[in-house]
Amino acid sequence: MSVETDAAQVIDVAGFSQLLGWLAEQGYRLVGPTVRDDTIAYDDIASAEDLPRGWTDEQAPGHYRLKRRNDAALFGYAVGAHSYKRFFHPPWETLWRARREHDTLQIRDEPSPAQRLALIGVRACEIRAIAIQDRVLMERDPLYRARRADTFIAAVNCTTPGGTCFCVSMQAGPQVSTGFDVALTELGGVDPPAFVVQAATRAGRDALTAITHRPATEAEMAAAATAVQHAAGQMGRQMPSTDLPQLLLRNLEHPRWSALAERCLACGNCTMVCPTCFCTTVEDTSDLSGREISRARRWDSCFTAEFSSVHGGSVRPGTRARYRQWMTHKLATWPEQFGTSGCVGCGRCITWCPVGIDITEELAALAREAAQ
Amino acid sequence: MDTPLLDPLRPHIARVRSTRREAPDVWTLELDADQAPPCGFAPGQFNMLTAFGVGEVPISFSGDPAEPGRVRHTVRAVGAVSSALTRLDCGAVLGVRGPFGTGWPLPEAVGRDVVLIAGGLGIAPLRPALYQLLAERARYGRLSLLYGTRGPRDILFRRELEAWRARADLTVEVTVDHATHPWHGHVGVVTTLIERARLDSDRTLALVCGPEVMMRFAAEALGAAGLAAEAIFLSLERNMHCGLGTCGHCQLGGLLVCRDGPVVRYDRVRDALRIREL
Repeated sequence: MSVETDAAQVIDVAGFSQLLGWLAEQGYRLVGPTVRDDTIAYDDIASAEDLPRGWTDEQAPGHYRLKRRNDAALFGYAVGAHSYKRFFHPPWETLWRARREHDTLQIRDEPSPAQRLALIGVRACEIRAIAIQDRVLMERDPLYRARRADTFIAAVNCTTPGGTCFCVSMQAGPQVSTGFDVALTELGGVDPPAFVVQAATRAGRDALTAITHRPATEAEMAAAATAVQHAAGQMGRQMPSTDLPQLLLRNLEHPRWSALAERCLACGNCTMVCPTCFCTTVEDTSDLSGREISRARRWDSCFTAEFSSVHGGSVRPGTRARYRQWMTHKLATWPEQFGTSGCVGCGRCITWCPVGIDITEELAALAREAAQ
Repeated sequence: MDTPLLDPLRPHIARVRSTRREAPDVWTLELDADQAPPCGFAPGQFNMLTAFGVGEVPISFSGDPAEPGRVRHTVRAVGAVSSALTRLDCGAVLGVRGPFGTGWPLPEAVGRDVVLIAGGLGIAPLRPALYQLLAERARYGRLSLLYGTRGPRDILFRRELEAWRARADLTVEVTVDHATHPWHGHVGVVTTLIERARLDSDRTLALVCGPEVMMRFAAEALGAAGLAAEAIFLSLERNMHCGLGTCGHCQLGGLLVCRDGPVVRYDRVRDALRIREL
C-alpha cells in the first residue's frame, strides 16, 4: 500500500534548511538525528548543521561505531539506539498526582502532553514502527494519542543500510511507501548534497511550496531510485522467508531456546532499543506524610522477573522462557493481537545486544533444526 | 466487554463502606463510589483497585451483579498492595478502574446444567455467577458448586455456603486438602469431587476458577467425565496491570488476559497451559 505522491522536486541543503525553518514557523518542535555520545541519537534540531553531516556508522552483532564518511552526506548512516517511540511513548511519565486532605483525596490530571512534532529524516523502518505502535496504543492510550495526533513526518529513503539491517525481509523498507508528509532521497555523489523530494499530503505540499525547489530531471529521479534499489541489496542480515508464527509456535519446547538462554543476559537492551516494544509498568509513590501521591508509568521489559509475577511468583522464572516470550511475541503472537508483525527489520536488537544475539540467525537455526 | 471510560488511566475515588473478614488473610470490601457512579459488571469481570501511595492490583467482583450500587471485592493479603487494601477501615478511600475483562458465559448456560468449580480464593469470582444463576434459577438445569480449599480455616463465605447447601435446587460439595481442624467433611483435592458429581456430560457447562494447576487438573477431570473442551470455561490469572491490553504483562501466548480473559474457553488455552513458563 503506497500513498500517492506529487511530482518529484529537487532541493539543496539550503532548501532543506528552509524546510526546517518553515516547520518551526508553523509551531512544530523539530526532532531528527544528531551525533551524541558517539552514536546517532534523535534530538531537537534547528538546522541542517545539527545533523550528522559526513558521518556514517559501522554495525554488527554487539558492535556499533561512528565513522567519518568521505563526503558531506546528511543521511549517510543507518539507525542508532534511539527510535522515535520515546517521543510518543516516553520512557517515563507521570500519569496523575493526588493529594490527600483529612479523609478526602483529589486526583489531578497532568497537563496534556499534546505537541506539534516534526520528525526529520525518518527511515522506512521507523515509519513502519510508528504505524505498529499506532495500532497498539492509539485507540487505548489517551496520552499516546495526544502526543501523536499532530505529527509531520519528513521521511528519508534509506540509501545506507547498516550491517544488522533486514528491513527488506520484513517488507518495511528501504523505500518509504506510506505514513509520511514529504519523502526525501539523498542523491549520492553530489557535493554539496541534493535531495529528490516528493510530497504526499497537504501539509507536505504546503511545505514544498514554501521552500526553494525545482522539478527533478529524469536522470535525478532515476539516480534516486537506483540509490534505494542499491540499498535494498545491501542488507546486512536476512530473515528466513518462512512462516515465522508457525515456526515459533510449533517449536516452543525446542532445545534451541535453552542454548539461547545460556548466552542471553536478560538485560532487556533489545526491548529498550526495539522501536515497537510497548510494554510498561506503573509505580505509585507518596511523600513521607502520605499526602502527596503520584503514579508514574515507565517502559518495562519482559526480561525482568517481576514482569510476569503473580502472587505465587514469576510465571517466567527462567531466561529461556523470557527470551522465548520476547521473540514469539514479536514475531508470532503480535500478528494475532494486532494484525501485524512486531518486527520492522531495523536490526537494533542485534547491534545493541551485549552478547550479540542475532534474531535472524536464531530464526534461521530454528528453521534449519526444525526441518531436520 | 468494552466499557467506555473517560480516562482509562485514572482511577475513580471510592470509599470502603464495610469490611468483613472471611478467613485469617481474606477480607471482603464493600465500596461506596464517591465521584463516579459504580457501573454494572458481568460476573467474572474485575476492577483494578488502588491503595493510594502503594499500588494497584486486579481484583474480581465478588458481589451480586443485580446490586450495582454495592460493589464488593474479596481480597487476600498476599503482597504490599493487597495487604494495604485489606487494612483499609470503613470510610477509607481507594481507587477503582474498571470493569475489565470477559465474564462467565451465563447466556450460554440457559437450559443447561451448570457446575461451578472453585479452588481457594477462586470462589470469589464465581460468587457473582452463582448469585445470577440462583436469581434466574428456573432458566437452568441442575446447579452444583464444588469447592476445595487448603484447610477448613480457609473456607470463604461460610454462612452463605450453609444457606446454599440447605437449598434443594443447588448441590454444594466442599472438600479440604488437609483436615487440620475438627472437620467431618470430604478430604481431598477438588478434582475428586468432579469424579463423584456424576455430571450429565452432554448438558453440563463448567465454570472453573482457582490456581492454574488446579484448573488444569479440573479441566482434565471434566474431560474424563465426558465434557467437551467447548463446555469448560476457566478464569485465568496473569499479571494484569493496565486492563486495556497495552502494558503487555498479562500475556499467555497470543492472549492479553486482561482483555481476552480472564474468562476463556478451555479449548483456547489447553495447549498453552501445558507448556511450562509460557
